[in-house]
Amino acid sequence: MKRFIGFVKKEFYHIFRDKRSLFILFGMPIAQILLFGFAITNEINNVDIAIFDKSNDATTQEIIHKIAASKYFSIKQHITNEAEIETVFQKGKVLAVLVFEKDFKKNLTKENSAKVHIITDATDPNTANSITNYISAIIGSYRQEINKNVNFEYQIETKSRMVYNPELKSVFMFVPGVMTIILMLVSAMMTSISITREKELGTMEILLVSPLKPFQVIVGKVIPYIFLSIINAIVIVLLSIFIFKMPIQGSLFLLALESVLFIITSLSLGILISTVSATQQTAMMISLMGLMLPTILLSGFIFPIASMPLPLQIISNIIPAKWFIIILKGIMLKGVGLYFIWKETLILAGMTLFFIALSVKKYKIRLE
Amino acid sequence: MKNNNVIEVENLTKKFGDFIAVNAITFEVKKGEIFGFLGANGAGKTTAMKMLIGISKPTSGSAKVAGFDVFTNTEDIKKNIGYMSQKFALYDDLTVKENITFFGGIYGLSRKKIEEKRQLLVEELGLQNIVNELVGALPLGWKQKISFSVALLHEPKIVFLDEPTGGVDPITRRQFWEMIYKASNNGTTVFVTTHYMDEAEYCDRVSIMVEGKIEALDSPKKLKEKYNADNMNEVFLKLARG
Repeated sequence: MKRFIGFVKKEFYHIFRDKRSLFILFGMPIAQILLFGFAITNEINNVDIAIFDKSNDATTQEIIHKIAASKYFSIKQHITNEAEIETVFQKGKVLAVLVFEKDFKKNLTKENSAKVHIITDATDPNTANSITNYISAIIGSYRQEINKNVNFEYQIETKSRMVYNPELKSVFMFVPGVMTIILMLVSAMMTSISITREKELGTMEILLVSPLKPFQVIVGKVIPYIFLSIINAIVIVLLSIFIFKMPIQGSLFLLALESVLFIITSLSLGILISTVSATQQTAMMISLMGLMLPTILLSGFIFPIASMPLPLQIISNIIPAKWFIIILKGIMLKGVGLYFIWKETLILAGMTLFFIALSVKKYKIRLE
Repeated sequence: MKNNNVIEVENLTKKFGDFIAVNAITFEVKKGEIFGFLGANGAGKTTAMKMLIGISKPTSGSAKVAGFDVFTNTEDIKKNIGYMSQKFALYDDLTVKENITFFGGIYGLSRKKIEEKRQLLVEELGLQNIVNELVGALPLGWKQKISFSVALLHEPKIVFLDEPTGGVDPITRRQFWEMIYKASNNGTTVFVTTHYMDEAEYCDRVSIMVEGKIEALDSPKKLKEKYNADNMNEVFLKLARG
C-alpha cells in the first residue's frame, strides 16, 4: 500500500509540473462550459429582419409593430421592391425578409385570408427554422386577437407546452454534452497519453521489472485522473447551477454515482488505447479521432440522434457518451431516478467491463 | 544454490511465430561476476535478457535467476534484481531526490532506509548541488550514474544493465565502469549487454551471441587466445562473419 501511495504521489507531480496538462485539466472545462453557455446558442435574440410591405395598411402596420416590439427581432430596414430582397440577403444585413402581399387588409376582411411571405437566410438552417417559427407564432397570436369577437363554429386551437426546459435555454442542452466531453477528454485522452509516455521514456520497462504488479502500475496511474475528473464534474455542475441558473431536478447523489461510472468507462477506454499505441502522438490521435470526434458527432450532444440516417443511429449505440448524455439529461432536466435509467446504466457498466477485459487481454499478449 | 551460481540457464529458447529469437542458449553466471553479454543488434541479447528479468515468457528450456525459476517465480526474481535500461529511464520532471524516493518506494524500502541511502548516494556521487534539480536538466552522464545507483538502491543480488553506456563520452564511460567494479566488489553480480568491444575487455567473462545462439563464452583473455586475436573487436568480427 505504501508503494502505491508513492506511485500516486509521483503521478500528481507529473500532472502539476506539466503546464499543458494542467491547462487541459482545468482551463478547458471552464472555457468550454462558458463558451457553450454564452456564445453558442440556438435561441434567437434581436435578429435583424427587413420588411417589404406592398400593402402598407393598418393591419400590416399592427403586425409589424408587434414583431418590432418583441425582443426576438429588430427591424433593420424597409424595402420597396423585389430586387432588393436579394441584395439585403447578400449583404448579410438581415436574416429574414417579411413580405406582405398587396391589399393585405382588404383580402383579410373580404376573403378571410391574406398572405404573408417569410423568406429566411437558410445558410444556417437551425436559425432559419427558429426565425420562421417565431414569426409565425407572433402572426398567429395577432390573428387570434382579431378573431376574438368573431365566433367560428368549429375551431381547433393548438397549444404547445415545452416541458423540462420551458424556456428552451440551449445551455441546458449543452451542459450534459459538455460534461460528457470533458470527462471523456480528461479520463480517456489524458490517461492514455500518460501511460504511453512511460512507454516512450522507457520508465514503463523499469516499472515492469520492479516488484510492482502490472495492474498496480495501471491503477496507480489512473487514480489521480479519477480524482481530477470528479473535481471537474463538480466544477461543471456548480458553474451550470450558479452561472446559468440551471436547476438540477434529480438526486445529486445519483448524478455523482453515474458520473463516477462514466469516468471509469472513459478510463478503461484510455487504458485500452494505451495498450495499442506505442507513442504519445499515436495515443493522442486515436483519442481525438477515434474517441472525441464520434463522441461529439454521434452522441446526440449536438445533432439529435433521432434525425440521423438509420446506419448512424445504429452506430451511435456503441458510443458510451450517448448513454451517459441520456442519463445526465434524465437526472438533470427531468429529475428521474435510477428506475428510469437503469438500462443505460447497465449498458455503460457492461461497456466498461468489456474494455477492461480487452485491455487485460491485449496487455497479456504483449508480455508473452 | 550449487557452485555459487546466481544465474543458471539451460536451453532457453524464445520463438515469435516461426522466428527463433533466442535459440537454446545455455550458460551460468557466478556470484560477484561481471558477465558481458555481447552480440550485434538483433542477435537476441535483449530478448534473452527480458526472459531473465521476468518480463517475457520463455518458449522452452529452463532458467534460474537468484535461485528462482523464470517460469513460475518471476515475482521473487523481480525483488532480487536491479535493472537499468539504455534509456537511463528516470523521470525528467521529478528532482533527483524525488526519483530516489520514488524508486526506493516501489521496491518497498522504508522511509528511513531511503533517507539513509539517499545521503550515502549524495556523498558518493557528489550530488550536493543537484539533488533538488529536475533530472531533465542534468547532462546524460549524470543521468546514467544516478540511474545505475537507483538500480542498486534495494541492494539486489544481480543487476542487469542493458547497453548502459550508449551515447555517453569515453571519460564518463570509464567512470561508469569504475562504478560497476565497485558494485561487483561489494558482491553484486553484474550482467551487462554492450556492443562496445573495448568494454568487453573489462568483463570477467563474456558470451557472444550470433543469430540467437551463443557462439563463444569465456574470459576475454582466453577468447583472444582461442581466436588468435589482439582484441575483442577482432574476436567479435571473426565470430559474426562466421
